[in-house]
Amino acid sequence: MIQAIVFAPLLAALIAGLGNRMIGNTAAKAVTTAGLFLSCALSWPIFIGFVTGSAEAGVTPVLQWVQSGTLSFDWALRVDALTAVMLVVITTVSALVHLYSWGYMEEDPDQPRFFAYLSLFTFAMLMLVTADNLVQMFFGWEGVGLASYLLIGFWFKKPSACAAAIKAFVVNRVGDLGFMLGIFGTWLVFQTTSIPEILAAAPAMKGASTIGFLGARVDTMTVLCILLFIGAMGKSAQLGLHTWLPDAMEGPTPVSALIHAATMVTAGVFMVCRLSPMFEAAPVALAFVTVIGALTCFFAATVGTCQWDIKRVIAYSTCSQLGYMFFAAGVGAYGAAMFHLFTHAFFKALLFLGAGSVIHAMHHEQDMRYYGDLRRHIPITFWVMTAGTLAITGVGVIGVFGFAGFYSKDAILEAAFGSGTELGTLAFMLGSFAALLTSFYSWRLVFLTFFGKPRWAGSEHIQHAVHDEHHHADGAHGHDHADHGDGTAGYHPHESPWSMLVPILVLSVGAVFAGFVFNDTFINRESFWNGAIFYNEHLIHAMHHVPLWVKLTPGIVMLIGLFIAWNNYIRNPALPAAFVNNFRQLHAFVYNKWYFDELYHFLFVRPAFWLGRQFWKIGDIGIIDRFGPNGAAWVVARGSGYAQKVQSGYLYSYALIMLLGLVAAISWVMVK
Amino acid sequence: MIQLLAFYLFATLTIASAVLVIMSRNPVHSVLWLIVAFFNAAGLMVLVGAEFIAMLLVIVYVGAVAVLFLFVVMMLDIDFAELRAGFIRNFPLGILIALILLAELVLGIGAIRAGSLELGVADGSAAPILDRSNIESIGALLYGKYLFLFETAGIILLVAMVGAIVLTHRARKDTRPQDVSRQVRRRPEEATVNVKPEVGKGVQL
Amino acid sequence: MIGIEHYVVVSSILFVLGVLGIFLNRKNVIVILMAIELILLAVNINLVAFSAFLGDLTGQIFAMFVLTVAAGEAAIGLAILVIYFRGRGSIAVDDVNRMRG
Repeated sequence: MIQAIVFAPLLAALIAGLGNRMIGNTAAKAVTTAGLFLSCALSWPIFIGFVTGSAEAGVTPVLQWVQSGTLSFDWALRVDALTAVMLVVITTVSALVHLYSWGYMEEDPDQPRFFAYLSLFTFAMLMLVTADNLVQMFFGWEGVGLASYLLIGFWFKKPSACAAAIKAFVVNRVGDLGFMLGIFGTWLVFQTTSIPEILAAAPAMKGASTIGFLGARVDTMTVLCILLFIGAMGKSAQLGLHTWLPDAMEGPTPVSALIHAATMVTAGVFMVCRLSPMFEAAPVALAFVTVIGALTCFFAATVGTCQWDIKRVIAYSTCSQLGYMFFAAGVGAYGAAMFHLFTHAFFKALLFLGAGSVIHAMHHEQDMRYYGDLRRHIPITFWVMTAGTLAITGVGVIGVFGFAGFYSKDAILEAAFGSGTELGTLAFMLGSFAALLTSFYSWRLVFLTFFGKPRWAGSEHIQHAVHDEHHHADGAHGHDHADHGDGTAGYHPHESPWSMLVPILVLSVGAVFAGFVFNDTFINRESFWNGAIFYNEHLIHAMHHVPLWVKLTPGIVMLIGLFIAWNNYIRNPALPAAFVNNFRQLHAFVYNKWYFDELYHFLFVRPAFWLGRQFWKIGDIGIIDRFGPNGAAWVVARGSGYAQKVQSGYLYSYALIMLLGLVAAISWVMVK
Repeated sequence: MIQLLAFYLFATLTIASAVLVIMSRNPVHSVLWLIVAFFNAAGLMVLVGAEFIAMLLVIVYVGAVAVLFLFVVMMLDIDFAELRAGFIRNFPLGILIALILLAELVLGIGAIRAGSLELGVADGSAAPILDRSNIESIGALLYGKYLFLFETAGIILLVAMVGAIVLTHRARKDTRPQDVSRQVRRRPEEATVNVKPEVGKGVQL
Repeated sequence: MIGIEHYVVVSSILFVLGVLGIFLNRKNVIVILMAIELILLAVNINLVAFSAFLGDLTGQIFAMFVLTVAAGEAAIGLAILVIYFRGRGSIAVDDVNRMRG
């Protein structure tokens, strides 16, 4: 059963990818989507089984892999509660994205390739989550990195897309280096790469030994966990290795929804939770995780408030929410982290697909400055986006009902406060402020897009669309260049086709109800997890007994953010400009993403290019080429120049040379 | 006594005329001095007992080759005056190299005398038949043991003859020889042409 | 008495004279050809002398072949000279570099 879940997408990807134009668009789409829906249908029973407590964790071996001396690991698929959660997340979102892409990518000439890549990605992600040993997990890790590169650069004729794809891959690589070193170190210390064995041996290693790293002796578990976490930082775009995520929006919107919202970026969180016993044995590493998570959460939220591109806002939102998940893991609330991962997948995918619907309706315009008043034209999209925003901002009433984010985010904040440590409290403060900003920019997005007056006229995409429409209707109407005066430029946005609406409607159901339904399961029930992740009884207890003001804080900050957004974008639209004018430098700092890209460019990119240039100009051209092929050619040319001089054509010089040769030969014989 | 005198006479004359061959201004003089050199060399060979070779030298070299040289020199209309101009420039270098060569040759002889250079010992297979004349001995050897080489020499001469003719052959412009292959290649279609000329107008070939 | 050395000396001197003749005469191709004949003559004398002193007729047979080849080569050389003259009107080979590489 689990084999079917994991390998159906691979099979579909191979058929669509290798068949490509031979089997045609419809066949490729049908095969891949059917494969994903099959996996999805098989995953939910497993998950429900774990929820009801009837399923058991198990390992299904697949194939032998490496047997080399003491190093041995095989291909095997592990299924436990953690895996089951990830299975439903991945397969559901992937299946819905596949269906959504029927409509979104309809006019694209390369559809089989796209669907093949999507299925390939899903396969790699599934391998990652069902991995029984670290090397298989790394295989999946690399596979999703590859798929991400392929999908970001899907429209490879656009230079910006290619650059973004390379950036994503390279930054991921930096993280992967840490991950690899962590795996090597783990094998060195534990003599095995099998996850169950490592996790069983981990608690005993707490503070037990030191290992030499970069010349200094450091506590073993700390080093291993920090190295592994660096891998997670790269994959999940945490502060420091986050620069690729906003640029990854160059890929098509379904890609952003699947990879950069719901699944790939959550691989880091998954890994930390999966290895939670290891991390519990390294308190310093956990502190590091908490700090990074909290800072990322704060940083991304600040940057998200200023962006104009609708997808960038949601991308930074993702980055910020991942920060939440990490600092939840850092304080020890792994269940809360996974719960937030679960709900976040639904509402973030929903927001992205909804944004895709808006972009589709607005003829590929992504700049929110050219939106406005869309709720009357694309109502379904409006309502689902609102549902998603309610979910992410965490609207709800304690003890009664709340949207998805209400339960998961509040759980994280409560856990952070309840952990009682200074870092936990710091995380709580940063997280709460970030919640305020989250609310602000999420509602800002909704207000700018769906409310207010239409501002479409300034957009080039809209003008193209109108121009095309006029062209099509030329004969009947004659040229109508009357200024419409209402900012619409005569354009009529239309709702997306049903292939796009059905997935987002399904996701909105999840966004609304997932929190309510599964809250108890994820957070409180140890029997659900059953050892899949580390369960901190004390922390859970403390979490539920935090003071009332702590429980109310998320709701309060959400309302404050909502009020500010409403004030700035509905009641008094001139306020944002005034605010920017007053705080010009701060705004510039935040708008330019805290100048991280510029810093990295200066620190890493320019020296790397310089080094490359040295190797190229001086090393390759100057030395190897000069003395190698060019050198040989030069020698030949020079030599033949000399030979040319000797062959003068004059008879007497030839005779002279012959004579000289004769004399030399005789002399030589004489001497001998 | 006579032998010694004859040898020195012939040797001196040969060398003297050789020097004059290369030093003469007039190519006709050079050819004539070459003839003198040949005669004296023939004399040297007679002294040694190879009278057939000596006569061969006179007949072939003098009678054919030197005369050929003379013909060519006469035929080409050479301007003598300008020919000597470049002689002096190369003289020192040339003398130097000639002296070196001479020295080496003499050294070679010295080595033979001293015994350090081994000359091949005659194995007697080509020993002259003692009571016959030189020409008979050579004949027996030539048509016996060295027959194949003899035939090859003939072919070489044939090739030289053909080569000389081919090189200097000029086609006569006023004759029209047959081109047999063209005749054979002719086809009926191109042999005749049917033309219908107007009255009073001829046929254009 | 006359020994082999005398003949070898004579032959060497003739040979050297021939070689000298080749590259002393730039302007006159015919003299070059004649110098070549001198060289061949020197070789012939050498061969015959050795044949006589060693009692082996091979030397004389070989001298005959040298004679043959010399004759042939003189013929061809002169033919080339004739053609050359036909084309150029002069036999000065001083500044002709048509064989230039």
